[in-house]
Amino acid sequence: MTDQSWPLYEVFLRGKRGLNHVHVGSLHAADAEMALRHARDLYTRRNEGVSIWVVKASDITASSPDEKDPFFKPSGDKVYRHPTFYDIPADVPHM
Amino acid sequence: MTMTSDQDLEAHFEDTIARDRRIEPRDWMPERYRATMIRQIAQHAHSEIIGMQPEGNWITRAPSLRRKAILLAKVQDEAGHGMYLYSAAETLGADRGDLTGKLITSRQKYSSIFNYPTLSYADVGVIGWLVDGAAICNQVPLCRSSYGPYARAMIRICKEESFHQRQGYELLLTMMRGTQAQRDMVQDATDRFWWPSLMMFGPPDDASPNTEQSMRWGVKRHTNDDLRQRFVDMTVPQAEKLGVTLPDPDLRWNEERGHFDFGAVDWDEFKAVVSGNGPCNAQRLARRKAAHEDGAWVREAALAHAAKHDDRQRKSGEEERFLLTPEATHD
Amino acid sequence: MSFAEPGFDTGDDNPYDLLAEDHDGGHRWAFGTGFADPLEGVDTSVPDGLDPGALVRFCLALGDDALIYSHRLQQWVARLPELEEETAVANIALDLLGQARMLLARAGGIVGQTEDQLAFFREEKEFRNVRLAEHADADFAELVVRLLLFSTWRLALFESLAGSESRPGAADPVLAAIAAKGVNELAYHRDYAASWVVRLGDGTPLSHAKAQAALDTLWPPAGELFRPDPDALAAVDRDAFDAVLDTVLGTAGLDRPAAAPLAAVAGRAGRDGVHTEAMGYILAELQSIARAHPEATW
Repeated sequence: MTDQSWPLYEVFLRGKRGLNHVHVGSLHAADAEMALRHARDLYTRRNEGVSIWVVKASDITASSPDEKDPFFKPSGDKVYRHPTFYDIPADVPHM
Repeated sequence: MTMTSDQDLEAHFEDTIARDRRIEPRDWMPERYRATMIRQIAQHAHSEIIGMQPEGNWITRAPSLRRKAILLAKVQDEAGHGMYLYSAAETLGADRGDLTGKLITSRQKYSSIFNYPTLSYADVGVIGWLVDGAAICNQVPLCRSSYGPYARAMIRICKEESFHQRQGYELLLTMMRGTQAQRDMVQDATDRFWWPSLMMFGPPDDASPNTEQSMRWGVKRHTNDDLRQRFVDMTVPQAEKLGVTLPDPDLRWNEERGHFDFGAVDWDEFKAVVSGNGPCNAQRLARRKAAHEDGAWVREAALAHAAKHDDRQRKSGEEERFLLTPEATHD
Repeated sequence: MSFAEPGFDTGDDNPYDLLAEDHDGGHRWAFGTGFADPLEGVDTSVPDGLDPGALVRFCLALGDDALIYSHRLQQWVARLPELEEETAVANIALDLLGQARMLLARAGGIVGQTEDQLAFFREEKEFRNVRLAEHADADFAELVVRLLLFSTWRLALFESLAGSESRPGAADPVLAAIAAKGVNELAYHRDYAASWVVRLGDGTPLSHAKAQAALDTLWPPAGELFRPDPDALAAVDRDAFDAVLDTVLGTAGLDRPAAAPLAAVAGRAGRDGVHTEAMGYILAELQSIARAHPEATW
């Protein structure tokens, strides 16, 4: 059986003195409980006063940062490029 | 709305770089830039993870409980740094499991310094002082990397690593003020790690083909030789304060240049280590590979459980949570 | 080359600034002040009416449990199935090491020895840890099952020692304070272990088999946690322990073993300084560098 990765979760934190949640990065977890726990370990060093949101990356729909910019790509896309878009052949050097 | 041409997209990309602004995950970027970034970030991440091993080997033998706690926290930080970096690479479409596979099969590299053995407790201090010191020299410029997620991860990493360097140096100061055996241990560790630390900056500029393109794109902000020189200039006074001798008879201040002159690096040793024949290459990779492969059944179990759990929730329509200790769930 | 370089602007939207705030008194950071003196600022006199000898022996027991247990977790560094588990397990090891330091410092303060003298210069037969703490986990299943058993017991004990509004805690205020700090940590450890035991028990057939095998292996040494200890200043209710275990095992689909506790050796076990064959190797590793430089300061 191929070794499937745990899904990617995006992590948002609101600090003790913060007004809103801020995106701080991502991590892998098998389920939401684990994602919360790991987010606390990794992004807050278990600080109890921080509020954490974890969201599966695949559940996030994003717009382009510069909607009015003539260089924007079609909106409503996934927040990150999907890994399978970029299938690099095995014989490409240094990849 | 007409589609913008590739030419216009490329011009916008180049303009963003020229104005020293950040490229973000959803911006258009040349394929070469994306591939170079993934490789650079991934190899940096691999270095953090592999770097856990040479220092991790001394946690159980730390000679005081305080040093044990400090070292354990440091190694834990390194795991965290690896994770921030893998996350940054994933914003470019990479997959962490795939990157791990490339590391294990040597298709991607990690910093060659971790292919050297740690042979005494003084090595822990010297790694903090010299290896983290060199890493900081390399990494502070990366805080202005053109790629946003990488730059932001580097800011946090640099803050933590500067503390690690201070902890390492503080251990060495304590040892140098201690017994003769401790002082000998520090000198011995310095003798073994000085030249490999200089090698951390990579081959000399005249032997580095990718530097020019990388510098144009803000992937790299200083040349290898520039950074190596900065490191030497910073470190020589630190060595004097410690009371250790750096193992280079050609090291001397050059008044004209305003820098320290130093001796020739053994690039043959560097090549041997980078190509897989270093003292610890096989052992470092084997351990990473074993952890990953031995752990496959655990990762699969977690996924299987999550799938069953989702299934049950869908059927019952109720949220199923398993917690022994109540905690706030919504905010 | 520092952050004070002119023009070095991290931007006003950098979330990492929030993360560099000092949490928890710097306890968890390598550079924090929490590493210097474990009982800094605490009044360490022994209250009247308390037998100092029993207090010392009890603090050593709980301190040695944590010290040796942390040692086994430290051996898992760079061997775990996923990077997130590396951070989680290192956190647990660091918590237990912190508890060990405070408990050894409490005992040491009474007998005139430092935490390091106790950790590095006692002989094997002077260590009071239970044999469960010495066990080398054969795989990740044993890691989480053993942690579930140990942390469930230790959390219940620490809750008792910390006391509450309705129930007084330990007569020694220092021990009560150490226990109060440890309760949050141990609740986290127990939840971590329980979540994993459930995932493994109710995961794949392979993980289920490994989890059951781990439980069968670890049940007898876990029995030692309930051996009567004349120096114990609190005890854990066996029924309460079983109730927690049954909840987890039930959810995990695992069977509670019926095996008897591990036998003693001529009536003596871990708390009496009689350990498993693994203990000699543990101490050789833990103590070797310190002992090679008995006059050194680190």
